[in-house]
Amino acid sequence: MNTSLILLILAFVGLVGYFAGGRHAMALVGGLSSKLHSRPGYYGSFVAIWAIVPAVVILFVWLVASPIYISSSIRGAFPEDVKAQSEAEQGLAYGMISSIARGMNALTNEEIERIGSNPVDLRAALATKGVPLAGDPKPYMVKAAGDLNVMTDISRITMTIVVLAASLAGAFLAYRQIAPRFRARNRVEKAILVSLVVASSIAILTTVGIVLSMLTEATHFFTHIPAWEFFFGTVWDPRFAAAGSGGSEGQFGLIPLLLGTLYIGFVAMLFAVPIGLFSAIYMSEYASPKVRSVAKPLLEVLAGIPTIVYGFFALTTVGPFLRDLSSQLNGLVTGNYSNFIQAQSVLTAGFVMGIMLIPYVSSLSDDIITAVPRALRDGSLGLGATRSETIKKVVLPAALPGIVGALLMTASRAVGETMIVVLAAGVAARMQINPFEPMTTVTVKIVNQLTGDLEFTSPQTLVAFALGITLFVITLCLNIYALYIVRKYREQYE
Amino acid sequence: MNMMSEAAVEKALDQKMSEVSYKMIGKDVSVYYGEKRALFDVNLNVRENTVTALIGPSGCGKSTFLRTLNRMNDTIENCRVTGKITLDTDDIYDANIDVVELRARVGMVFQKPNPFPKSIYENISYGPRIHGLARNKADMDQIVEASLQRAGLWTEVKDRLHESGTGLSGGQQQRLCIARAVAVSPEVILMDEPCSALDPIATAKVEELIHELRANYTIVIVTHSMQQAARVSQRTAMFHLGNLVEENDTDKMFTNPDDQRTQDYIMGRFG
Repeated sequence: MNTSLILLILAFVGLVGYFAGGRHAMALVGGLSSKLHSRPGYYGSFVAIWAIVPAVVILFVWLVASPIYISSSIRGAFPEDVKAQSEAEQGLAYGMISSIARGMNALTNEEIERIGSNPVDLRAALATKGVPLAGDPKPYMVKAAGDLNVMTDISRITMTIVVLAASLAGAFLAYRQIAPRFRARNRVEKAILVSLVVASSIAILTTVGIVLSMLTEATHFFTHIPAWEFFFGTVWDPRFAAAGSGGSEGQFGLIPLLLGTLYIGFVAMLFAVPIGLFSAIYMSEYASPKVRSVAKPLLEVLAGIPTIVYGFFALTTVGPFLRDLSSQLNGLVTGNYSNFIQAQSVLTAGFVMGIMLIPYVSSLSDDIITAVPRALRDGSLGLGATRSETIKKVVLPAALPGIVGALLMTASRAVGETMIVVLAAGVAARMQINPFEPMTTVTVKIVNQLTGDLEFTSPQTLVAFALGITLFVITLCLNIYALYIVRKYREQYE
Repeated sequence: MNMMSEAAVEKALDQKMSEVSYKMIGKDVSVYYGEKRALFDVNLNVRENTVTALIGPSGCGKSTFLRTLNRMNDTIENCRVTGKITLDTDDIYDANIDVVELRARVGMVFQKPNPFPKSIYENISYGPRIHGLARNKADMDQIVEASLQRAGLWTEVKDRLHESGTGLSGGQQQRLCIARAVAVSPEVILMDEPCSALDPIATAKVEELIHELRANYTIVIVTHSMQQAARVSQRTAMFHLGNLVEENDTDKMFTNPDDQRTQDYIMGRFG
């Protein structure tokens, strides 16, 4: 029986259990639901949960465990000469066996009889059924494939029986427990609580998993390249061509990338902070509710634009515009019409990223400014301060810690931004301070290092993980510090 | 009883001395919040150097009237005021009146103490600074000290002027707010239930302060406490459902009011 059919049956058992449980509970008290501890629905849910949850857990565990068990027992039965081969070749052999097994299921019994143990015929026959094999199967493989099929079938039948039995037994036991004073509501709510906990731990565990995997890969990288060369190196020259050839391994200096990241982020904040902050002040203090209700969502649309769109906006519009503008300016002043701003430059990337960040700055600051209690504004206005004085001297100072927090959060976005810089800033890892020249960032280099076709064990690709974990630590610190500031600020008004 | 009669004598004397001079005159004042009308043609005059208490059940319009006196209603969306209010001889709703200047002359103390999250010194110096009342640091120090003295807070805070105003106790915060209002040297001080967030001891201090401030300022106070109105005010105005029911000497109001509704409210029959 296939898995989805089993699940369907479980759902059906659960449904039946739900109604039966409810009815049973009502019957016990003669239809007077006020005599029950919980509403009848809770008794039904209690039965349904017991019918479904344990069975599904068993099903899941079985589905994960049985292929592992089967594979290890098949491999255990490999002939000695195969066992002597490397792990990778044994893996290939097992892959072939499972292909054969899959193919044999598609053949009729007579066909199998006819082919017997002639490996060449078998390959041809399987090919007609749409199961290609990488090479001619060896006789032991055909036998193992047969074993595999038998074991799989047995496993599947036992699983079906066990799971369905568990479901019925769960439903039956739960049904038996129902009594007028039985606290079904508390039990059901506990089950819901558990499911909520499971859901939130999945998110947390995933984060932990990602960090751990980055850490392990980064450690691999640091076995090739010393950590201090990476963190304090000033030259980025990964030498793709030399990868795998031994000898010269290239230089992986973080500093130029980090400087590029911070520089571009700085330029972006230079554009985003004043514009975002001013628009937040306008929205929260001056705009009438009508204007606000239209303008604020419009501004937030900016936040919904995918960054790749900003990227080609930078590439096709802003970059060439700045380049042409600079050549015109240069021409007007010196008569020499050569451009001093490159199409791909720190300025282009910073400018476009700044536009992307405006809604973050304005929306976060707007929330914080609005959270300043009205009483403070009234106090200031009541003393004869103008609106602008009130904002400058009372509202903004009160909101300042929160705004700083918001800006730090925005900065961490700027540091982690990828698509805009990939398209707008160029890929040249250079250390320089001219904003009109291209520079590159950590994220761009991660993309570069991973989009080649290099093997995953070379430092050229592993460096991406070291870069990733560095970036992660930077943004994490920024965010934690920002949260700390914002939280501290909140306490002020409580 | 003896105390009461003494106070009554004092008030009677006050009355004679100052004759009747009106600081603010409200004529046919109506207030609308959008479509809803909150005040109906209120005619109420505020006497100089007198504490006028506005009483009445919740939602009767007393706070609304108070806020029309320094145009704090302007900060509320959709709020419209009709009628005429004068301060001395100036129509405060005249187009030529600078609302900022008006609020410097008619200060306000709010229901909840709302010190700015700044130091005590900066809380007081805020108003004088924006109005340019101090020529130099020494001047400002003097204003700060005098204001805190007037609010009876000087001895309690003189050693920690540069600590945050939000760190004071509730009662101290409210007196700080009064000092802040006093620092601008207003002519009128409006108080919107200034003691409703304070404990009885702090309330007593603030009431005492109001009593002293009367010598130099005209005070209008909104209160929910009948006793407070009786203790601090010389004139009392009773509002009900957006109408001014009665305005009278406080003594008369609490002993022998003209209007049945006032009597009922004071006796606790509604409200």
